[in-house]
Amino acid sequence: MLAVNLAMRRGAFVLDVAFQAPTPGIVALFGRSGAGKTSVVEILAGLLEPDSAQVRLGERILIDTRSGYALPAERRRIGYVFQDARLFPHLNVRGNLRYGLKRAPAEPHGISFDAVTELLGLAPLLARRPYTLSGGERQRVALGRALLSQPQLLLLDEPLASLDASRRAEVLPYFEALRDRLAIPMVYVSHHFEEVLRLADHVVLLDAGRVVAAGGIHPMSLRPELGAIVGPDSVGAVLEGVICEADAARGLARLNFGTGTLLVAATDARIGARARVQLFASDLILATHPAQGLSVRNSIAGVVQSIREDDNEGQLVKVDIGGASVLARVTRDALESLALQVGSPVWVLVKAVSMRSHAH
Amino acid sequence: MHEFFGPAELDALRLSLAVATRSVLWSLPLAVLVAWLLTRARFHGRMLFDAFVHLPLVLPPVAVGYVLLVLFGTRGPFGRWLYEHFGVELAFSTNGAALATAVMTFPLMVRAVRISLDNVDRGLEAAARTLGAGALDRFASITLPLMLPGILAGAVMAFAAGLGEFGAVITFVANIPGRTRTLSLALYTAIQSPAGDALAVRLAIISFALGFAGLLIAEWLARRVRRWLGR
Repeated sequence: MLAVNLAMRRGAFVLDVAFQAPTPGIVALFGRSGAGKTSVVEILAGLLEPDSAQVRLGERILIDTRSGYALPAERRRIGYVFQDARLFPHLNVRGNLRYGLKRAPAEPHGISFDAVTELLGLAPLLARRPYTLSGGERQRVALGRALLSQPQLLLLDEPLASLDASRRAEVLPYFEALRDRLAIPMVYVSHHFEEVLRLADHVVLLDAGRVVAAGGIHPMSLRPELGAIVGPDSVGAVLEGVICEADAARGLARLNFGTGTLLVAATDARIGARARVQLFASDLILATHPAQGLSVRNSIAGVVQSIREDDNEGQLVKVDIGGASVLARVTRDALESLALQVGSPVWVLVKAVSMRSHAH
Repeated sequence: MHEFFGPAELDALRLSLAVATRSVLWSLPLAVLVAWLLTRARFHGRMLFDAFVHLPLVLPPVAVGYVLLVLFGTRGPFGRWLYEHFGVELAFSTNGAALATAVMTFPLMVRAVRISLDNVDRGLEAAARTLGAGALDRFASITLPLMLPGILAGAVMAFAAGLGEFGAVITFVANIPGRTRTLSLALYTAIQSPAGDALAVRLAIISFALGFAGLLIAEWLARRVRRWLGR
């Protein structure tokens, strides 16, 4: 468990943040730029001094300003991957990687130099100097350097923000590998919901220095506060499940999310793998009768749970599909002609191709 | 060519090199410390300290030499203490010439080191901190190597300038052949003597060549180190 409670005032900016997140796992700090995400991780790392704070990681107390205790940053054992990598220009990649390793206490079960170079594909880069590396390579080295300092918590401050889309796609799988193969708790700062969707187990939503919502990825994906940040086009429920059928030839896979299944477009799905899909609210169709003769591949029975005004002139209908919920955007006109209200039984129609699955 | 470097010229050249080398070696660590204090430390009287460090730039060198004579002369408070405890005599000695040179070139060196310290990315030090490096460790493993371009440039500049220091040296340690008569003092002496024209020209050429070479080496070193750092 990572328990954080901190407050800081700098001029007009007020930070007042409290959250708890399960460990290990990835907790995402999500919000617009200027929401205070970086300040939170800098305080966690010990690089920024809060006015008051209590931070506990498992049994270890990192800061408790009530008793005047704050572990200095260099003894906190928190790895930090900065947005701008911050590789040491006078050392080559090997020197950068070893910097933290040399200063870390001996860990019998720690992660070794060879394991990190293998995990992050750094072997061909070891003799290179930082200025010869691409942006994506730099971030991988920065990640490896932080990992080798044997951290008990890893802070990732928008590590992909300075990369373009293709570089981001190149680095993101390494973070996924990290999450799946190492049991290090991580705090991942981002303002890209795509990254959060792929990586995070727990989401803390920050706005103007405060936590506006926090929780697991599925319940958070339904919150209106999230919609206000990601924008109407990216609103949609995130479902997590296990691949139970895979048909590589037709590029389809069936995802079992507990109480139902979804046919999704996927070319590299493995049976038994965990996967996530986001069902964008604007892609969902609601029907009052089971549909026939449509190209839509998924038709799920559910009950209208709530209806709320959307900032995009439409209405967001939350449908309980048994254990999980989805969001569908419909016009007010459609809502009236279907006579939908809370408690109405509906069929949710969703095209398989409109979902992208992310192996987990 | 054999005639060009007579014993007088060689003596002056050797002394100038010895004085400049010693002055740089003594003042370099202090210049790094002072640059660090002026850039990073927050303390009362920082502005006064800053002004004091740069004083030799604006004072007449003769005045600096006189102050040194008063303080470090055989009867001066520091001079007597040094002699009684360490047997070191600065007045009228090569080491004294080096001290006068060090004081005069100190602001030059502090300036160069300070600029390079200003250019060190504090973010890199923060990164080192999260990787477990304490304050001294960070300074030695990150800050100092990144300051290297400025330190080297400052050292070479101070060395080149130190080769020709005149006013403070002649006031503090006088003009003694083989002990304190450096290039510029020898040049001055040659100009004062009726038959010294040829010697004066040769000494002037040597001084000119040394200064020029110093500046070129400083620039070349700075470029090399910058390339090494990938800037």
